[in-house]
Amino acid sequence: MSVATVTAFEPELRWGPSARGRLGMYYLIVAEAAIFSIFVVAYLFYLGKSLTGPTPQQVLRVPVFFTICLLSSSVTIHLAVRFLRKARTGAFTAWWLLTLVLGATFLAGTALEWRHLIYEEGLTIQTNLFGTTYYSLVGLHAFHVLMGLLALSIVFIFALLRKVTSEHAERVDTLALYWHFVDTVWVVVFLVVYVIGR
Amino acid sequence: MATDLVTWPGTQEAVETTRRPLVDKLHEWVATVDHKRLGIMYILYGLMFLLVGGVEATIMRIQLSAPHKDFVSPQVFNRMFTMHGTTMIFFVAMPLVFGLANYLVPLMIGARDMAFPRLNAFSFWLTAFGGILLYFSVIGANGLYGAGNAPDVGWFAYAPLTSRTFSLGHSTDFWTLGLLVSGFGSIGTAINIVVTILCMRCPGMTLGKMPLFAWLNLVMGGMVLMVVSPLTAAQIMLAIDRYLGGHFFDTQAGGSAVIWMHFFWIFGHPEVYVLVIPAFAVASEVIPVFSRKAIFGYPIMVAATVGIGFISMSVWAHHMFTVGMTSNANAFFALSTMAVGVPTGIKIFNWLGTMWGGKIEFKTPMLFCIAFLFQFLVAGLTGIMQSVVPFDWQLANSYFVVAHFHYVIVGAILFCLFAAFYYWYPKATGRMYNEAMGKLQFWLFFIGFHLTFDFMHIPGLLGMPRRIYTYEPGRGWGTLNLIVSIGVVFQAAAVLLFAANLIWSYFRGKVAGNDPWDAWTLEWTTSSPPPAYNFAVIPTVKSRRPLWDLKHPEDPDWKYE
Repeated sequence: MSVATVTAFEPELRWGPSARGRLGMYYLIVAEAAIFSIFVVAYLFYLGKSLTGPTPQQVLRVPVFFTICLLSSSVTIHLAVRFLRKARTGAFTAWWLLTLVLGATFLAGTALEWRHLIYEEGLTIQTNLFGTTYYSLVGLHAFHVLMGLLALSIVFIFALLRKVTSEHAERVDTLALYWHFVDTVWVVVFLVVYVIGR
Repeated sequence: MATDLVTWPGTQEAVETTRRPLVDKLHEWVATVDHKRLGIMYILYGLMFLLVGGVEATIMRIQLSAPHKDFVSPQVFNRMFTMHGTTMIFFVAMPLVFGLANYLVPLMIGARDMAFPRLNAFSFWLTAFGGILLYFSVIGANGLYGAGNAPDVGWFAYAPLTSRTFSLGHSTDFWTLGLLVSGFGSIGTAINIVVTILCMRCPGMTLGKMPLFAWLNLVMGGMVLMVVSPLTAAQIMLAIDRYLGGHFFDTQAGGSAVIWMHFFWIFGHPEVYVLVIPAFAVASEVIPVFSRKAIFGYPIMVAATVGIGFISMSVWAHHMFTVGMTSNANAFFALSTMAVGVPTGIKIFNWLGTMWGGKIEFKTPMLFCIAFLFQFLVAGLTGIMQSVVPFDWQLANSYFVVAHFHYVIVGAILFCLFAAFYYWYPKATGRMYNEAMGKLQFWLFFIGFHLTFDFMHIPGLLGMPRRIYTYEPGRGWGTLNLIVSIGVVFQAAAVLLFAANLIWSYFRGKVAGNDPWDAWTLEWTTSSPPPAYNFAVIPTVKSRRPLWDLKHPEDPDWKYE
């Protein structure tokens, strides 16, 4: 038998099994980005093609405050993970909670905006093409924020139970990647809906 | 001389498990996260639906075998072609392809499982329930009288036929939800395949030393992420239109029916490559082993596959030449369609180069692969014909198109899948299949295939449109359609013989041993069937053919690569 010939030699792998969570999240983001791009294309394609009002110019108000909330939550989650890496779990929990609050504020902002549009402007998903594409695109994003908030909350509960330690930093960071993606998508949606489309 | 070297050094034989009650065994299968069991479940699930989709095709062919037949009503005929197309693509081809990737990729790259075993199980059950949801429409879609039954809007479900106004009842909803659910399953599996290949390779297996099977599945996985997602998005839009009263595809409110076509074909055309690239992957493993030569032009094969992956994403609108796009758009999609033939041609030459001068063994898997080479060439050529825009204007939606894409899906993909089932059957079951039955099945299927799909081109050229439930006598289509229908008899017999072979060999087949083909990739070092942990000792490889190195220590591959 030629057992002797099989000796371990330098592995040249760039990614090991430890990177699989992060890589899996990257590919989930690729798939999600493809879904969002189809909705963005539909929104741009149907701009100004509504047969009846109201139009975006008439009813949309730019949600500056809530956008700042969501975008700054990317910073807070980044800081949270950094504190977790340094094993400062107290600071991690605090920053994580702030992230949750900022994300929830954004979601509340979307809810208020929709309430205004539906009850005061009379724009529903059935009203015209603008309504259909607007509620679909913003709603798809809000759904992703909601999913992110659920995941963040689960981590937060574990953090309160003191179950999250620095050895989980990599996993928590993978979740933070998703949150960054949700924020990045908002930049695109914001540009498309409130800048280009208005 | 090589037989005792085939087991990887240090590997113990799998421990024989004790007998357990049937309920326990079934529970183990339902709750499993083992990539091999999930792979087998994917394949059995796909084969089950292959029989269902085959019955639907047979019903259509009986109806069309002569003019003015009334075997089924026009309504039933519409349901048959819709369910046949949807079933065969989403619940036969996709599960079979995913099943093979699931079963083989970890074994080939020297891993103990996929990167995310539980995601793997989740994705399988999503796909499985997607199929059940689609077929539940037959009993569940009881809308208005006469409208509740299987979906009948065609497999690409063009708007506005799918709107509430024209598609009453819930059949289209079941179609949408079934594809949405199985689409999520596909995305999960694709993430899993890609990450497994990138992260779980054994020491020494660099990207350049991976078996081509793994490489091609890596490209397939990447494509699924980018092409199934648009379909998912489009199905969400359709659901919004149907349930919430949206106007995405509602032309009455300024919506566009053409944008559904775009969204569908952005998925639909690359999907063909998602299915055919794994077929290429099978051919790239089977042809070298039965030619007794290493694959010819490995780096070019990889480059060509990646090239196909990129180009195939920019050809979708060649399905839409007749809807009135601009000349620039027509020219772009005609040229990109022709361009995708170039890397594909390179691959065919590489397989021929592998066979050239080899010591070819005409075993059943090799027969299927050789037939694949020629049939795929013809399929590609009729594809190039239709990329010529005026030619397509003449033949769009005719039986010529139907013949063309069945040449790809049956003549290339299904032939390679049969090759794969025969080739890896000994590994998965530990028994050899029956070679005589296998060869007979090949010839039956080969004859049936050519009777059906060669002769299907001609009525198309003579002007026979697809999806008609019957036709007038005296148009010159009758005899040809009869021949096409006769071919189905051979194909059906072949598929039944294949099933019989699988079942008979499982109980009565010769014991296969670890490496019946004297092959070169890592899965053949494990016992047949492989133990749950695959490799007791994680192997270390130095070349693309690790088993060749083991069997021929005096002349290993890594000296030359």
